[in-house]
Amino acid sequence: MSVVEALYQCSGLLAVLILFATGVLILLLDAFSPLGRKGRLGGVAVAGTAAALFAAWQSESPGEPLFFEMVVWDRYALFVTSVILLGALLVLLLSLEGRRRDGAGTGEYYALVLFAATGMVLMAQAVHFIMIFLGLEILSISVYVLVGLPRHERRANEAALKYVLLGGFASGFFLYGLTFLYGATGSLSMTAMASYLGTGERVFNSYLLLGTALVLAGFAFKLALVPFHLWTPDVYEGAPTPITAYMAVGVKAAVLAALVRTFREALPAVVPHWTTALWILAAVTMTVGNVMALVQQSVKRMLAYSSIAHAGYLMVAVVAGTPSGVTALLVYLLAYTVMNVGAFGVMVVGQKERDGGELLQDFEGLGFRCPLVGAAMALFLFSLAGIPPTAGFLGKLLVFSAAVEAGYTWLVILAVINSVVAAYYYLRVVIAIYRRSEAAEAGPEPAIRLSGGERAALILAGLLTVGVGVLPQGFWEMARRAVLALG
Amino acid sequence: MVPLHYYLLVSALLFAIGVTGVLVRRNAIVIFMSIELMLNAANLSFVAFSRELQDLSGQLFVFFVMVVAAAEVTVGLAIIVTLHRNWKTIHVDAIRMLKG
Repeated sequence: MSVVEALYQCSGLLAVLILFATGVLILLLDAFSPLGRKGRLGGVAVAGTAAALFAAWQSESPGEPLFFEMVVWDRYALFVTSVILLGALLVLLLSLEGRRRDGAGTGEYYALVLFAATGMVLMAQAVHFIMIFLGLEILSISVYVLVGLPRHERRANEAALKYVLLGGFASGFFLYGLTFLYGATGSLSMTAMASYLGTGERVFNSYLLLGTALVLAGFAFKLALVPFHLWTPDVYEGAPTPITAYMAVGVKAAVLAALVRTFREALPAVVPHWTTALWILAAVTMTVGNVMALVQQSVKRMLAYSSIAHAGYLMVAVVAGTPSGVTALLVYLLAYTVMNVGAFGVMVVGQKERDGGELLQDFEGLGFRCPLVGAAMALFLFSLAGIPPTAGFLGKLLVFSAAVEAGYTWLVILAVINSVVAAYYYLRVVIAIYRRSEAAEAGPEPAIRLSGGERAALILAGLLTVGVGVLPQGFWEMARRAVLALG
Repeated sequence: MVPLHYYLLVSALLFAIGVTGVLVRRNAIVIFMSIELMLNAANLSFVAFSRELQDLSGQLFVFFVMVVAAAEVTVGLAIIVTLHRNWKTIHVDAIRMLKG
């Protein structure tokens, strides 16, 4: 490959390069700037993410493999990248205030958020399993550190340890599975693998079976599917709240994108034999997630279980596997990203006022103390519960109808029952928001002051939550064209 | 030439020892060592397949895996050190502030 051609191919990796360069720039600026002025680093991070998003939209997406069939820049990658970067942008905006207050570790924090985003975008672009593995590790290692960054908090220490041990364990399974896929097909490139497997007569091969099972287990760990979810509630609860939001949306989007690409481009011949297993995974995941969420007292932990349940709904779309299923999956990912970051964002705002601020009673009277924040939280929770006309409703509608079309009626019936159960614990929080707390009876509580970043993040997330629900046509069309890029 | 199966058996044994170690041992550093064992089992398997297939790319993957494993160990040990400062223990059963 000549230098000119390499430079040309770099244009397909523009988003990754911008994110990475901004991360490095922040580390340098952090080292050379005096202590009192670290607040500006957040602005650099936000600008870098926005620039990456802009560059992604500006660059052509022809869909030809780049760098010896390692990555690709197609409309599918574009859609997932946009969702990931949108999530990262919202998380950064929500972190600005907290970082300014804490001071220490500011540069590392922003740089690691950007490095994690680099890994996520790489996963969305990868068409080679080693690239998927590298992207997965880049994002995982960055997030391990982010979880443990408040290093004087025992809770964060515990969460980071649990995450790094179970994450490493999962990586081991994933990698060991890759070796068998390599042994069975002679390559880890998705196109080579698919053409070797052909139409399916070579599928019954013990190496391939073992490899697929292990890779699936690795993905399931990272997606927090039941029964591989045991780390999730603890890690989500112990991590700083903006990072919890980042894990819930960014990591999930990236891993699901890689999973879908694997199924459609590398192993289309194998997937039909795994449908039953995926069906069970989806059913168990949403049921266990919802039932466990019912009994939680901490809203943060409740949202952790709710994200497990949502992973179950997303898996319904993966089970359907049809083009309309994947389209629904992409729209649902977008909806899930904005509403989930929004809900965690309100928690970030609430935590400024009180220590903890995660229990149900901490949300009491929020709607009176700050009408904007209360209304936003109610909107996000309605959307998570799937009540029209929000994004969450539209996503669920698309996913369920695609699954019915593909013939998985029972799974959809189960999912609908689950959504009804889920409404209980979401609405419980909404009721708390609009109930006068005991403290408020005694005397008026101080109003909540929103910083500019938080206001921007909540408004953006809120607008998108309504926008995707009310005017879905554009987003759906974008997702449909993204799916056409897949094989 | 040693047949492929022998290598794969050794690698499966290493992997099984690693998994058992993670599940059975309670010292965070020993668990970490067991995870490394799992990654090394995968490396051995990669190299064995690479020789069997007469394809060099399998050996290349091993380098990537080694870099990743080194990075993971660095971060993991740093997390264990900060944890030890606050908790005064690295026994994972004792570390249970978050219920679950």
